[in-house]
Amino acid sequence: MPRSRRAKLAVWKFTSCDGCQLSLLDCEDELLELAREVRIANFLEATRAQLKGPYDLSLVEGSITTPADAERIRDIRRRSRALVTIGACATSGGIQALRNFKNVPEFIAAVYAKPQYISTLSTSTAIADHVPVDFELRGCPIDKRQLLEVIGAFINGRKPSIPAHSVCIACKRSGTVCVMVAKKIPCLGPITHDGCGGICPAYGRGCYGCYGPAETVNAASLANAWHAAGASKAQMHRALRSFNANAGEFRAAAEKLDEDD
Amino acid sequence: MKTIKVDYLARVEGEGAVRIRFRGDRVRDVQVRIFEPPRFFEAFLRGRSFTEVPDITARICGICPVAYQMSSCAAMEDALGVAVSPAIANLRRLFYCGEWIESHTLHIFFLHAPDFLGYPDALAMAREHREMVAAALAIKKAGNAIVRAVGGREIHPINPRVGGFHSFPPRSALRELLAELQRARQSALDALEWLSRLNYPDFEYDYELVAVDAGDQYPFIGTRIISNRGLNISVRDYERHFQEHQVPHSNALHSRLKERGAYLCGPLARFNLHFDKLSAETRAAARRAGLEPPCRNPFKSIMVRAVEVAFALEEAIALIDSYDGSGQAFVQAPAAAAAGYGASEAPRGMLYHRYRIDDAGIIRDARIVPPTSQNLASMEADLTRIAPRMFALTHPQATALAEQTVRNYDPCISCATHFLKLTIERE
Repeated sequence: MPRSRRAKLAVWKFTSCDGCQLSLLDCEDELLELAREVRIANFLEATRAQLKGPYDLSLVEGSITTPADAERIRDIRRRSRALVTIGACATSGGIQALRNFKNVPEFIAAVYAKPQYISTLSTSTAIADHVPVDFELRGCPIDKRQLLEVIGAFINGRKPSIPAHSVCIACKRSGTVCVMVAKKIPCLGPITHDGCGGICPAYGRGCYGCYGPAETVNAASLANAWHAAGASKAQMHRALRSFNANAGEFRAAAEKLDEDD
Repeated sequence: MKTIKVDYLARVEGEGAVRIRFRGDRVRDVQVRIFEPPRFFEAFLRGRSFTEVPDITARICGICPVAYQMSSCAAMEDALGVAVSPAIANLRRLFYCGEWIESHTLHIFFLHAPDFLGYPDALAMAREHREMVAAALAIKKAGNAIVRAVGGREIHPINPRVGGFHSFPPRSALRELLAELQRARQSALDALEWLSRLNYPDFEYDYELVAVDAGDQYPFIGTRIISNRGLNISVRDYERHFQEHQVPHSNALHSRLKERGAYLCGPLARFNLHFDKLSAETRAAARRAGLEPPCRNPFKSIMVRAVEVAFALEEAIALIDSYDGSGQAFVQAPAAAAAGYGASEAPRGMLYHRYRIDDAGIIRDARIVPPTSQNLASMEADLTRIAPRMFALTHPQATALAEQTVRNYDPCISCATHFLKLTIERE
């Protein structure tokens, strides 16, 4: 493609561990080719070179946890033709959303010596809570093949092909024996969005929900199955309150367990 | 007064800035500022089950999750009196080799080498050094292949657990990596030779070097901590010897040795303290590149990383050769009220974890000290020492030198803020 017509790609970081943007650098076989197809206009983890907007595609990692970042994301949205969130932090608030259920001033006092200097919000929220988002790619971390699919789709003006089914379907496809049925290992697979390909059951452990809720889930039914597998209510509560605690169905399911107490 | 400012440090993990202020020809102050928003991992860990630490602490850092998983499991096993089998210990070493290979190669070629050659990034560097960048990507991929085979995926692996692994990967899944690892090993040795031809600033400092000690092995996970000034302590005594200080000008906590102040951890420390534990072949490759203890030039850490990549590839090949995939993948660890301490060598240096759990296995208290916080004091001291040279340079050259000096430490700022008593400067 002629250099001038190449799409401008920008990568932005908010509150996060850097793992999702690292997924782009982990595309070892595709990175040099990708760099020929698009212009990397902003990607601070990889380059000091920065091009001005507007950007054809902005990939946003991380959640909003400070007042300044709530402003910054609006500015990025204004300068981006398409904006895609990458990963659980940007899509649901991530593990940082555990603060949403706690007393943040207490947290700050527990962790920081001079709490008066800490500038933070009492919540960790998804990018979509602040600006319109064109697509949300899930996962803690995201899957790099899905990332390439999303980038390819947006620069070619088509819809990304990312299935919304549960991890159960992935296990059936790969022939992984159900850990819950065969070994009574509590598993969040029935209510969790696929994307990882069902790696936890393949390694003999239950899914712990890092891709967040799948479409049309029945968490109440799963709670019964966890109970039958010998898991305590506290154990299921902790599983729901982990890397996607603020995602709709997980949040509601944990609250339902609270009510039942 | 002249000020050199780097508002957003590029090619580091996380968000930070550098400011050096001069008065006349004197350096007035140096700040490595951290403005990554605070994250409350120690607070989140309270009330969680001890079994959750490898999953939760991995999320502190997407670049070195294996280090967090290994230090947290070591600490929990210390608390519960669990000793893992040699098979588990060896698979952990292999797993850690993968992370060193991946993380070091990323740092050498994507974050640091462009500084030495004056490129904004590795993609620009690839236009003139395509073969080297392609080889680097292949080495990085080989490291990632180990992490994925052992851990299930490259970032936030799922297989480690307190007491070992959820399952041992099949022997065939590791053996099929051998050819790729052999090629990567040769590329790493070639890369070391290539790096030895770069220009290194003439700069040395006699640091106190601190690293984990793992007996007769080059260290990944260990129960003792040593230095070149005679420190030799149990990991359990870490907090009796190390202290975090609030430094007024930097607003960030710096870890110091109580008796002697700033110290340095990471590749340079490991290389100097444990050189004799590298294989004869790797030692010879280091010597050919002009590296031998004592190496006190922090800019040469880029070469030391390449030595460690070559070592980790050799170690990984040997570990896979002797791997049979049989036996128990984990030791059961029943909950008990206890405190535990763990340390391991993240790619960028020592990572310390301490936990207190109750008799139901619920975490009551957690403390995590990442390598970047331990190196911040030395990072700033290096900038202070090198700043006078900036007078002879143009402003862009001076800024580049400041950034290069910070990158010697491969700082992971995302890690650093999870514990740093961070303050936001309001102007």
